Amino acid sequence: MESKNGNLVELRDVYKVYHRDRIEVPVLQGIDLEVREGEFVALMGPSGSGKSTLLNLIGGIDAPTKGEVRVAGESLGRLSPSKLAAWRARHIGFIFQLYNLIPVLTAYQNVELPLLLTRLSAKERKKRVHFTLDLVGLEDRAKHFPRQLSGGEEQRVAIARAIVADPTLLVADEPTGDLDARNAADILLLLQRLNQELHKTILMVTHDPHAAERAQKTLHLDKGVLQP
Amino acid sequence: MKYFRLIAANLLRAKRRTFLTVFSIAVALFLFCTLRTVITSFEASLRASQATRLVVRHAASLVFPLPLAYRERLAQVPGVTGITYGNWFGGFYQDPKNQFAQFAMDVPTMLDLFPETVLPPEQAQAFRSERTACVIGRALAKKYGWKIGDQVPIIGTIFPGEWRFTVRGIYEGKTKDVDENTLFFHWDYLNESLPEGRRNYVGIYWLRIASPDQAAAVSGRVDAMFQNSPQPTKTETEKAFQAGFISMIGNVQLLLTIIGSAIVFAIMLVTINTMMMAARERTTEIAVLKTLGFSNGLILRLVAGEALVLSLLGGILGCGLAALVFHQLDFTGGGFFPNFRVLPGTVLAGLLLAALMGVLSGIAPAVSAARLKIANALRNVA
Repeated sequence: MESKNGNLVELRDVYKVYHRDRIEVPVLQGIDLEVREGEFVALMGPSGSGKSTLLNLIGGIDAPTKGEVRVAGESLGRLSPSKLAAWRARHIGFIFQLYNLIPVLTAYQNVELPLLLTRLSAKERKKRVHFTLDLVGLEDRAKHFPRQLSGGEEQRVAIARAIVADPTLLVADEPTGDLDARNAADILLLLQRLNQELHKTILMVTHDPHAAERAQKTLHLDKGVLQP
Repeated sequence: MKYFRLIAANLLRAKRRTFLTVFSIAVALFLFCTLRTVITSFEASLRASQATRLVVRHAASLVFPLPLAYRERLAQVPGVTGITYGNWFGGFYQDPKNQFAQFAMDVPTMLDLFPETVLPPEQAQAFRSERTACVIGRALAKKYGWKIGDQVPIIGTIFPGEWRFTVRGIYEGKTKDVDENTLFFHWDYLNESLPEGRRNYVGIYWLRIASPDQAAAVSGRVDAMFQNSPQPTKTETEKAFQAGFISMIGNVQLLLTIIGSAIVFAIMLVTINTMMMAARERTTEIAVLKTLGFSNGLILRLVAGEALVLSLLGGILGCGLAALVFHQLDFTGGGFFPNFRVLPGTVLAGLLLAALMGVLSGIAPAVSAARLKIANALRNVA
């Protein structure tokens, strides 16, 4: 899945400019980035530095104004919206700060969502959802709705949803930003296990230096520029 | 099918709103089925009309009767092969709410002229031979639980007083379009009970002709015969008579179509609004689904599917309720709608309309959900 030089993620001279009314707001300015398969990379930087934007570009949910984003062997700019959606389903697992579970679905149903896009049978889906919920320690909460779970449990369900389809890359946007210290530590431990035991490549945006310590590599972004 | 659970979960998210929307659609479709049934009931009456039967009435209005003395002269008009006559009675059973059609008929000739009204020979004989006898339609017998031998008291409004009849026969229609909600009794019984001045007058004459081609000629002869008499006649085919009767209350079909369309259109706007609100409230969730890999097309189908399910639920409820209610009530509209049955075609039309409402109300929210930019939607929330 990685490119010839062993990189799972490659960004070349990436720029992102937002337009607010008639004003141009540059967010990313000439980003060059490489992430190797199996790495756990933390991306730090002050608010407004462009961390989430960079994550969105890598996750294929936003497009750069200029430059090339290449992930899992695919240049994302060349994909049509429908192919990009299929690519995301296959390669990317998203973990959000606010969990973003669907409130009307149970933990089981939330985790099952990415599998609905596959050709797996209902029986296979069931097996895989239970396995993943067990992996995040929430097998007994399968029938609970998000409102019946604690913040830490919600985030673990969100992680289960992100990994259930066995994506190539996990992108986590402030995954511990809304959690207390204990739950945050549990989530970071879980991410670390996913990286070390299941060899998942993880790219995590965080403000928290303690969270960043769990990663193998930390990158700093300031004013849209990666710091050396 | 695997996505249906997602659609169902979203519909159950705001149960009260979903219920009210489904209920609004159900009410609209119930009214649609009711109004449509008024039209099909009229059409059934027209279908049941015989092309070889002419109706003769007073030229001025149905309200004015014709003399019984016309009978012999009408029978001798060239082309006429049979004749019967009768009066609209206009009564009710026990309570004014229990309205149905009653006709005082010349029994010996009536059975011959209305072959679509099927009566077993022994019941026909019993009807003929007893002056206070009556025959009733199968639907009427079922509605009031009447059986042969029962005494049926009818309160007259045009002919005041309590009139008691003995049920001697229960007729069935030869086809589904034939009204089975009418009571027929002896014209002689009515005539003899009237004061001297009101006797020997007839509301309508029915003439049988050999072939429909003769209708215009025979009608012309009859009306010419009585043109200069104090009681001139108007003769027309039974179908034209029924159509004219219906048109007395205006262009019913157009009126009902306009009312029905207005109701359905208004409810459709309500449904569009509901769906737009529902989709707008879920902007983040839709963005999350897209992030997971749900394509624009799939999102469009999910949101549109929600609107479709909502409308079809309302349609099934409204059309089903209309079919059930009018079947159970055996509604006849006081005898004006003897065939008031919600036909399968009407239910199907109602469901198709519901589906159309679903598609139309789902288009705007579905397209806007499909076009949603993920990053923008997530950024607005964060």
